[in-house]
Amino acid sequence: MMRGIQLSFSNTQKLRLEKALAQLESLSSKVNSNATVIVADTIPVDEDAALKGHGTLEMDKNVVATVCGVVERVNKLVYVRSFRARYKPEIGDIIVGRVIEVAQKRWRLEINFSQDAVLMLSSMNLPDGIQRRRTAIDELNMRSIFVESDVICAEVRGFQHDGSLHLQARSQKYGKLERGKLLKIPPYLVKRRKQHFHHLDQYGVDLIFGCNGFIWVGEHVEVKDAMLEDQVNKSDPQNTQSASLLGSSEEPTYTPLEIRQYICRIANAITVFSALGFMVNLEAVMETVTLSLSLNLGVHEMLEAEFHVRVAEQEAERRSTSTRRK
Amino acid sequence: MEYVNPEGLRLDGRRPMEMRQLRAEIGVLSRADGSASFEMGNTKVIAAVYGPREVQNRSQQMNDQALVRCEYSMANFSTGDRRRKTKADRRSTEISLVIHQTMEACILTHLMPRSQIDIYVQVLQADGGTRSACINAATLALADAGIPMRDLVTSCSAGYLNSTPLLDLNYLEDSAGGADVTVGILPKLDKVTLLQMDAKLPMDIFENVMQLAVEGCKAVESHIREILLENAKTLGNRRGV
Repeated sequence: MMRGIQLSFSNTQKLRLEKALAQLESLSSKVNSNATVIVADTIPVDEDAALKGHGTLEMDKNVVATVCGVVERVNKLVYVRSFRARYKPEIGDIIVGRVIEVAQKRWRLEINFSQDAVLMLSSMNLPDGIQRRRTAIDELNMRSIFVESDVICAEVRGFQHDGSLHLQARSQKYGKLERGKLLKIPPYLVKRRKQHFHHLDQYGVDLIFGCNGFIWVGEHVEVKDAMLEDQVNKSDPQNTQSASLLGSSEEPTYTPLEIRQYICRIANAITVFSALGFMVNLEAVMETVTLSLSLNLGVHEMLEAEFHVRVAEQEAERRSTSTRRK
Repeated sequence: MEYVNPEGLRLDGRRPMEMRQLRAEIGVLSRADGSASFEMGNTKVIAAVYGPREVQNRSQQMNDQALVRCEYSMANFSTGDRRRKTKADRRSTEISLVIHQTMEACILTHLMPRSQIDIYVQVLQADGGTRSACINAATLALADAGIPMRDLVTSCSAGYLNSTPLLDLNYLEDSAGGADVTVGILPKLDKVTLLQMDAKLPMDIFENVMQLAVEGCKAVESHIREILLENAKTLGNRRGV
């Protein structure tokens, strides 16, 4: 019933979970009735002039689905939005990825797409913030910026002519992510929104929802960020000017225990949410964290059966009130 | 040996045209992009699909289509006598190839250029008809992974023993030495993508046996579709709007 987690539910917990999930089902089946299709299902189209989008195929004058998902119609366009597929990049998406290779003038990133993404040295801001041509020296120093297995946040720039996917990180908010936790959830559970970076003030935690289903939960860093610090610490004394500007040398080099616990708490909330297959967004995650705090649960107890049931019940409650309001 | 007794029952109590019980489950593995387990009676297989992902061996990369790879293996504990098998013996290489060809025919590979799709199928319990079960499991796993396909391939076997066509042979019937016809079809397109037979059959009998196997494929298809639709609905409902 739930992918990837094996929990032992007691009989009452099982019943409660079933009840909550049945409630969710009745809520959403009112909204989208019969829009679900599976492979090789015929999609009814009104006109012959319908445009066939992703996930469809024309077969004997019928439009047929090629993936399992939900039929979407936009004017004449008919397409199938699939569940559980890998990430499909769109220009401007904010993504989180892991560096797997440092190559000539570029880093290769794993982003849960069908290919590795490419971040060119020339499409990111240099740590010193100066706009200039990238020299051979910069190229040699690439490892001082990102090395293999670093986690990076970037933006999708687009496809090149050769079909490879390019990223860019032209702002201080992009770059290396440190002191935190990377979560991988199915990308269909992350919705594209205006805001993907969140600073949770009360917990001192940064939360980044990558459109590719990689979610970063980490200690909050000011936008001057670690990338800059690294460079400052390593660079020669000429650069004291910028170092004094930052004044970051006294900052603690460790994450306080409290913040680490908050990071794990938020990460567990997201894990539970994605295990249940619910859409992950800021409000839902915060509610779950608040719920766990109000129940006085330890961080590890959040991954137990009882909390899964609680979260399911809470989500059912939340969705039923929001539909009633409409 | 008598494979169909005078009452018209087979060794395991089935009628000649009766399938074994089908059971399928989607999403049995958490790390794979798509996964499924499929049971036909006592035969149980598990399939995992990874991809489309970056091609591991650059020289195999194709600029106009995806590379499909398939690996079939049998667990050491899957048969009655436990024996250590070499990793790629002749039999599993052949079945890997068969599954690979069948699945590649239905995947829309041109939509995922420069990528690779890996299909791993493993037999957990072998009781005849493993290649059919593997193909069915692989179809489910591919659909779960959201890989675009022309149609759901389904497969079923049929045989001919005691001058009776038998559907879905189990291990005893399979090893009886009679003909064993494995058929894979694309139900929507009504096309045959796989047809294998060991031993010989007269033409008219072969047609009957094959027709029986095709009927079996269609029965498997309706079962698979039910499972997939239910799975898709739960995913959609849980996700919410």
